[in-house]
Formats: sequence, structure tokens, C-alpha cells
Amino acid sequence: MAGRDENALRSHLGRARGLGSAHEGLHHWWAQRLTALALIPLSLWFVASVVCMAGADYAAVSQWLSQPFTVGALSLTILAVFYHAVLGLQVVIEDYIHGKALKLVLLVGLQFAGFGLAAAAIVSLLVIAFAG
Amino acid sequence: MIAGENLRGPAAQAIRTGNIMAESQSSGARRHSRPLSPHLQVYKPQLTSITSILHRFSGIALGLGLLYLVCWLVAAAQGMAAFDALQDFNGSVIGRLLLFGWSVAFFYHLLNGIRHLAWDAGFGFELPAAYRSGYAVLIGTGLLTIAAWVYAYFQMGVL
Repeated sequence: MAGRDENALRSHLGRARGLGSAHEGLHHWWAQRLTALALIPLSLWFVASVVCMAGADYAAVSQWLSQPFTVGALSLTILAVFYHAVLGLQVVIEDYIHGKALKLVLLVGLQFAGFGLAAAAIVSLLVIAFAG
Repeated sequence: MIAGENLRGPAAQAIRTGNIMAESQSSGARRHSRPLSPHLQVYKPQLTSITSILHRFSGIALGLGLLYLVCWLVAAAQGMAAFDALQDFNGSVIGRLLLFGWSVAFFYHLLNGIRHLAWDAGFGFELPAAYRSGYAVLIGTGLLTIAAWVYAYFQMGVL
């Protein structure tokens, strides 16, 4: 499009910066799509594995959780799924919570909870694999 | 534009007929040929809007499911007693209902997420295509959920 769109409200500087109304450009959008793409195979693998182990006892499950492939793939799944969930729930909070203080508390809490739970999951996985 | 005056007249009519663009041009917003954004209650529920809000609901439900996934892994790391206690809960009526709900939410969010990725890549945005993919997501969710549970019960020797 040559020249400026008559209906565009954005200034030339705003267009050049390319950061948009969220002031952070494409980063959130892009990270959400990348993690979504990664989670198609990862989450399908995890759910299919769990379905196939329905009724399995502790020995069978911990044996499966100790295999190197499981540790690697499940770690990736945990990283991708928590990143994806934090990005998604962040938008839900931003859309519906309008009080400034409450919004900030929830957004910070979400980040902490997301990374904290991911750490708990990965540490558990390593304990099962190496100390079990 | 004076909202109270116009909402009963041409604006409401335009919203009902879906001709929102025309209304914005006829009421002083001539310079900007952009659609107005009426309140949500004005719209009739449609497959496209229902699948959209279900994507968000299923995402929130799966976020809660992640808490449960972490509990499951932590229990497995703590040993047989904790793990068996959690598996007993999984086998209870409430546990099975929760797992069933999360399985529906998972398959829905997965399939509708693929639909969203296709849209982001520029495919399937025409209304007939969006309706076809919407029905495909709903049918696929039902089929995958049934398949997963039939296979799981078969695996447990119940079926």
C-alpha cells in the first residue's frame, strides 16, 4: 500500500515502530502460536500414552516415566504447555479484570504460579527418573 | 452519534440485519467506514461465536487441569502410597467426571486450536469454510473423546 491509508489512525512513527497497541509487537502472539504448534504432537503423545496406560499400577507408570524419551518429551511438553497456558490466561485476565491493582496481582500471580508449577513438575520427573 | 437516540432506530435495525457498516456511514461517522461494535447480547448465537468462546472456556479448564497434572507427577515422585491414593481418586465418580471433562476440553482445544492456526496462516476464513471446520471440530471432539475412553476401558479390561 503506497502512501497512508486514509482510515488509519496510527501515526507514521507508530507504524515504523511496529509495536501496536500492546506496545510489545508480535511477541505474545508469536509465542502463543509457536507453543501451540509444538503442543500438537507433544500433547497428543502424552494423552495417548496416558490412555494406553489406563489401569496401570505404580511400577508400570514409574517405569514409563523413567525412560529417557519420556523424560525428554514430557519436559518439553511441560515447558510448552505452561508457557502456552500463562500466555492464554494472561489474555483472559486482561480482558475481564478491570481493576488496576487486582489485575496486576493476578498477572504477577499467574506468572509465578506458571513457572513454579512447571518447576515442580520437572523436578518430580527428574526425581522419578534418577532417584526412584 | 447519540447512542440512546440511534439504538432504537436505524442502528438497532442495522444490527438486526447485520448491516452495521451502512449504519455507521449514515449517522455522521462517514469519514471512518469501520464497523461499530454493539453489545454482545444483541447478537444471535452462531456456530462461529460459540466455538470461539468454547475455545476460551476449554483453555481455562485445561489450565486448571495442569494443576492436577502437577499433583499427579508430584505424587508419583513421592512414592507408591501417594500415587495409589491419587489413582484411587481418579477411579472415583468425581475423579472420572473430572478426567472426562478434561478429555473433552483437551480434544476440543486441540482441534479448534488447529483451526485457529489454519486461520492465522490465511486458510479457511470464508464463512462456509468456517462453518464446515466448526462442525468438523465438534464432531471430531466427540469421536476422539469416545475413542479415548473406549480404548482406556478396553485397556482396563472393563469392555
